[in-house]
Parts: sequence; structure tokens; C-alpha cells
Amino acid sequence: MLHFSRWKIVAIVLTCLLGAMAAVPNFFSKTSIKSWPGWLYNSQINLGLDLRGGAHMLAQIDVAGLKKEWLDNIRDDMRSRLRKAQIGYTGLGNVGDKVQVTIVKVEDVDKAVKDLRGMIQQIGGSVLAAGTPDLSVTQEGSNRIVVAPTEAAVRARIDTAMSSVIEIVRRRLDPGGNREITLQRQGADRIVIQEPGVEDTSETRARLKQTAKLTFHLVHPTVSADDARATRIPAGYKLFPSEEDGGGFELLQERAIVGGEDLVSSEAGFDSRTNEPVVNFRFNTTGAKKFGAVTQRFVGQRFAIVLDGKVISAPVIREPILGGSGQISGSFTVQSANRLGILLSSGALPTSLTVVEERTVGPSLGSDSIKAGALAAVVGSVGVVVFMVFAYGLFGIFAVIAVTINIVLILGLMTFLQSTLTLPGIAGIVLTVGMAVDANVLIYERIREELRNGKTPISAIEAGFSRALATIIDSNLTTLIAGIVMFWLGSGPIRGFAVTLCLGIMTTVFTAFTVTRLLVSLWLVRQTERRVPAPL
Amino acid sequence: MMFKGVDFWPHASLFPIIGLRRYFIIASALAILSSIVLVATQGLNFGIDFKGGSLIEVQAKSGSVDIPGLRTKLGGLGLGDVQIQSLGASGNEALIRVEQQPGGEKAQEAAATKVRAALGADLNIRRIEVVGPSVSAELKQAGMIAVSAAIIGILLYIWFRFEWQFAVAAIIALTHDVLITVGVFSLLQLEFDLSIVAALLTLAGYSINDTVVVFDRIRENLRRFKRMPLEELLNRSINETLSRTVVTSGTTFVAVLALYVFGTEVIRGFAFTMLFGIIVGTFSSIFVASPLLLWWGVKRDWSTPSADSPKAKEQV
Repeated sequence: MLHFSRWKIVAIVLTCLLGAMAAVPNFFSKTSIKSWPGWLYNSQINLGLDLRGGAHMLAQIDVAGLKKEWLDNIRDDMRSRLRKAQIGYTGLGNVGDKVQVTIVKVEDVDKAVKDLRGMIQQIGGSVLAAGTPDLSVTQEGSNRIVVAPTEAAVRARIDTAMSSVIEIVRRRLDPGGNREITLQRQGADRIVIQEPGVEDTSETRARLKQTAKLTFHLVHPTVSADDARATRIPAGYKLFPSEEDGGGFELLQERAIVGGEDLVSSEAGFDSRTNEPVVNFRFNTTGAKKFGAVTQRFVGQRFAIVLDGKVISAPVIREPILGGSGQISGSFTVQSANRLGILLSSGALPTSLTVVEERTVGPSLGSDSIKAGALAAVVGSVGVVVFMVFAYGLFGIFAVIAVTINIVLILGLMTFLQSTLTLPGIAGIVLTVGMAVDANVLIYERIREELRNGKTPISAIEAGFSRALATIIDSNLTTLIAGIVMFWLGSGPIRGFAVTLCLGIMTTVFTAFTVTRLLVSLWLVRQTERRVPAPL
Repeated sequence: MMFKGVDFWPHASLFPIIGLRRYFIIASALAILSSIVLVATQGLNFGIDFKGGSLIEVQAKSGSVDIPGLRTKLGGLGLGDVQIQSLGASGNEALIRVEQQPGGEKAQEAAATKVRAALGADLNIRRIEVVGPSVSAELKQAGMIAVSAAIIGILLYIWFRFEWQFAVAAIIALTHDVLITVGVFSLLQLEFDLSIVAALLTLAGYSINDTVVVFDRIRENLRRFKRMPLEELLNRSINETLSRTVVTSGTTFVAVLALYVFGTEVIRGFAFTMLFGIIVGTFSSIFVASPLLLWWGVKRDWSTPSADSPKAKEQV
């Protein structure tokens, strides 16, 4: 147990040195590290948002809304198909997760089923494998047909929505592409948004809140919204709430002339005459053509700019807008115009987003936490060191060296693995200090016991190490189990704690057992007396 | 250079721990029972992680936080129960808790915005946490799953390493530690949040350590003293490892105490749980786990493999 071959000593020392090399950059400033020679390791531990300050948000997409929208589309599609095929139907509508319709004449049912099956598309297919259908069209009873999206298709839809949401959110929060923002999907319907350095999340929230679906509609040329409300709404028209001064409603053509998907760019600016903040936009070629044609035909009429179902302005078409660019004016502030510019050029979200969790830490608290954590680590370590040296003398010093190497190795491993150090993570390191010497205590107490039983010092030391090993491994493995569970189920800061705890356990077994043993063995070799005195 | 440590432990004395087991077990059973009753009647003071709501930590730009002024300001917002607690020695910090708003995530968001706006210019916002109802429900569930999964994982490991009697005794001791710690949170109505669950998990992994040390010794002595009465053998094992149990707990206690004294608000709850847990855990390792073994007995002859041990083949 106490004999170390030369290569083993080299391996142990090398491990410690490698750990130290990876850990050292953390004790220098970022700028000084840059000037280091290239062969030195020069990355640093990622600090969690709770230590460096920043905002952590969890946003959730509206899965129910997404499903409903799809069902509505299916319903509309069914309606137009049945009409086209001239099949009489009643009771077309959404029921739960499906759309159902009753065919009036039983003899039409087969034809209707065949016709509606035409809506089915294959998803996820490849050259080799057939895809799965996105809808199921089934007949229930004699004349009812039920159309429902398949589970796989719903999942695929949510996945598509999620990836586009992440892309759009990134463009919205980081239009310049130069901010350090992390976006990550979590579970089926959530994204984690991390913005280091952000203290006030109201701008972020404002940018996430709107789906920013922009459409342009013609205003009814003769019937006013109030008349329509009082009597009846003309076919093909719809009332939209207005956000313009005075509120109220506008009666607009239900079908949009052109939508936000045809925009190529938009940015905030100022109106050349009134000097009010406005949003300038430019259409792509198709958008410009469509918009040009309509404005040419309806000069003198009004059109409305609708954002997320609300009219933001409804100007009169003074002259045809053929150049494909235009201006949205409304009651904007510079900030809100800026925001709308960013939202429009980032594209509309396929679904609304809700922030379900926020944890924001200001930079002052973050640096206080680092200081407090460091102080606790120092005081805790000093307490443990004093006790160990008091109780075990020289061997206590060996334990202290082992614990120091332990901390260096944890930091080195964390730097090397690029894991994130959080405040609970610091707690994990402090805890490791307390737990790491436990292994030494077990060994030393065992040695003392063997000495009391009359063994010679060398055989007592030998027995101490070999007998304590199983106990050390058992006790550390149970803590490791708890740590792994924490990592598996925890999130954010808790995960940070789990990481340092688990790494700490692994390094503890190495330092407390192997490094201490090496130190003891090296010390024994240097003893010149024939009878080695008992050091404990 | 050679200096000896001070061996302050009275190794020669033999404490009649097993002899007094009835009292300890009764005390433990009472503590567990009252913990369960407390949690059932008083419940736990859940933090926003599990209850939903908002938490805002503010710091005065100069002087101390005007708590009564803040109370009137925030009380007038119509956000229901708003708790304000002074923090820090000089009272220049405060913790504001706004209860979960009816009306889902959107209402939560709106409430946080309102509070932020109402705070005014002479306060710095140090930390904001807003947890919506769906997330808090999930966190609660994840927390419970985590604690159970950790306990089951540890049970399986101990069972694999020892006999089933040891595993069951260890898990009872472990559950004892976790339950009583939770009971204290209910008794003192301390805030129970995610970091407390992390502390309980760590505690589960840590408090078993001492138990394993004693069990290892019991197993060793079972092989050595084949004819010693179990009661005497258990008492001997506990006493032989007593210095270890106390010292290892002591070093960890010192480290965690530093966290408790110097740590920030976020860490203190965690540290408190660990401090208390270490004490209960040490108690249960000494006074609960091993005496339990006496109840259902253990296999005496370790020289032949037994049928009910998964490790039987290795132990020949």
C-alpha cells in the first residue's frame, strides 16, 4: 500500500500539475491572461449569472394556442373542400383536439372522407423511409367525420415553432449580433434566456411580449365601424380595435393586402415633417408589387396597419406607393418606435411567449456574493486546517496539502470542462473542504487504533490506509448518488452546486487517499532511524 | 521535523449506547412523529420557488431602507400580501415578497413590473425572482422526486454493499434526518425553497457517511468476534468508531458554519439546513442506525455466503 513505483509518482504529480495549470488563470484578470504565452492554459471558469449579475428568464410558448390555430385552419380547409365538392354538411366545428363535421346525406360520406383525406400530408419522410401522416381522417357512426392532427404531427409543429421562436427571439434581443446572450430550449415548450449584465428586464419582456404580426388591410370605403357595429358587418369585413387616439374600432377587410412576412427591413426614424418618431419599412419585390397595385387602385381610400390584431394607424392613400417602402406613424416614443422596428425586422413569432420564471441578479449583489463566498471558503478552510494540524500534527499538514490540491483540482476541472460556477457552487467547494478531510480523519483514526492495538508504526500506517479505503469509497459514493440526482433533476444554481459537489467527491478520493498516501510514503522513506516513530 | 497531533479522544471509555437504545429510539420516534404532525398541521413556509410569486432584494443608495414608507407604497398597489423584511446589519437592504397573483403568469409579470416602478430612485434592485404558477408546481414535484430518488439510490447502494438489514437501518436513519430537518423548518416557519431541497439531498448523501463508517466496523467485528453477543458487538463497534463519527462531522460542521456566518442570504438557508442536518445525522448514526440492527438481528456467520445478499458471491 505504501510503495509507489516511480511512474506512479510521476503520474500523480503530473495530474496535480495539470490541474494547477488549468486552475491558475482564474486568479488573474482577464486582460493579463491575454498576454500569457500561448502554451499556457488560459481559459477561466464561467461565472453563473448569480455571481456576475444578469437576467435568467424562462419563457413558454402557447402550445394550446398553437393547436387551436391549427385546428381552425383545418376547419377552414374542410369547409372550403366540402363546399367545392358540393357536399352538404352541418355541425362543422372544433371539439377538443379534433374537428368534426356531420355530412347531411349518408351517400356523400364516402366521397367526403376521400376528399378530406386529400388534406393529409406526410411529415418527417426521407428518401428511404415513408413519413407519417399529419392528420387522421376517420368516419364515426353513419355520417360523422372526425379530423384530428396526429401526435407526431403536433410534436413536429411544436418543434418547428420552437426553433423559429428561438431564432426570432435571438434577433429581437440581439439585433446587432454582438451581445452575449444564451438561448436554450428546455423541455418541449420552453426556452431559457440568459442575458449577462442585464439588470432591468422590462425591455426584454417588452420585446418578448408581442408576437409582432403585422398586416395591411383596406378600410371599408363607405361603412363606418360604428354603423357596422350598430347594424351588421358586411361580408368579408371584420372589426378591429384601434390603438389610435380615441380608441374605438375600424371596419377592415378581413383579408390582408400584404403581411409582415413580406418586409425586408424596418427601422426607427423620424418623420421629415412632424419630426415624430416613426418606423420606416421596406417590402420585398412581391410585397412591393402587391402593395403598389392596391394603393394604385384605391387612391383616396384609407388602409390600416394592423399589429397583433390592433390597428396602429389608418392613413389615407394619397398617392400610389410603388417604391415598396413606407412609414408607420402612430403614437410612438423613440423607444417604442425603436422596439417596433426591431420586432418587425426580426419577424413575427409563430406563437405568443410568456415569461414563466425570472431570476435577475444585479452586479453589486453578484460581486458581494463572490466576496462572501470567498471569505466563507477562507474562514472555513482555516478552521479545518487549524483543527487538523492540532489533532494530527504532521499528518494533519499532509491532509491540508491534500485539501489544497483538492480545491485546485476542482477549479482546474471546472475550468477545463467549462462548467459554470454559481453561488451554491462555491458552497459546494466549501462543503468539499469539510468533507474531504473526513477521509483523512478516517485513515488517521484507523492508524491510531492499530497503534493502540500494538502494531508497529509502519504496519499501522499500512493497515490504516488499506482498511479505510472501502469506507472512504462507500461514504463518498453515497454522496455522489445524491449529487447525480441533483444534477439530473436540478436547474440553474442547483446544478452548479451538483457539479462542484460531484467533481469534489471525485477529486477527494484522489487527493485524500492517493496524494496523502504518497506524502506519507515519501516521508517514511526519508526516515533514517531504524524504528520509525509513531507520528500520530 | 516531527510533531505529533493531540489525541484528545477518551478511547478507553465505553459508552453504554446500545444499553440506552430504548430512550434514544423513543426520542427519535417522538421527534419524527412531531415533525410529521407539524408539517401536516402547520405546513411549510414555502418560498417563491414552490409557491410562486415575486421576491425583490433592494439596497438603499444611502442610509437605511425606509421600511414603513416602502410598506405603504407597495401596500397601495393592490397586490395582496406584500412582505417586507429588513436585511443586513445596518438595515440598508430589504427583501420584498409579493404573493402569487391570481390570473396566471401574465398577472405575475405585471405585478413585478408594478413593484419595480413603485420602488423609486433611492433604492437599487439587487435581485429579482419571479416564479409563475406552472413552474412552481413543477419545481415542487421535481424536488420531491429528487429527494425520493436520492434515498432510493442510496438504499440500493447500501443494500449492494451490506446486507438488507443494514440497508433498511441506514435508510431509516437517513429518512429520520431528512424528516426532522424538514420538521424544524415547519416549527420555525423558515423559508423552504429550492436551495433547501439541495441541502436535504446533500444531507442525505452526507449523513449516511457516518452510518457507513459504523456499519463497516460492525461487519468487520462480526467476522472477528464470531461468538460475541450482538448487543455487545454493536456497542463495541459504535464506541470504536465514535471518535471518527464525531470528528468527521465536526470538520464539515466548521466549514458549513463559515458559510452560515459569512454567506449571503441565498446561502444561509442552505447552510442552516446542513448545520442542523449534520447534528441530527451524527446523532442518528450513533444512536439510531445501529440499535435498529439489534431489533431484527443480522447474519452472524460471514464466512459462508447467504442467499439474501446480492454481494454474496464476492464475500467468500
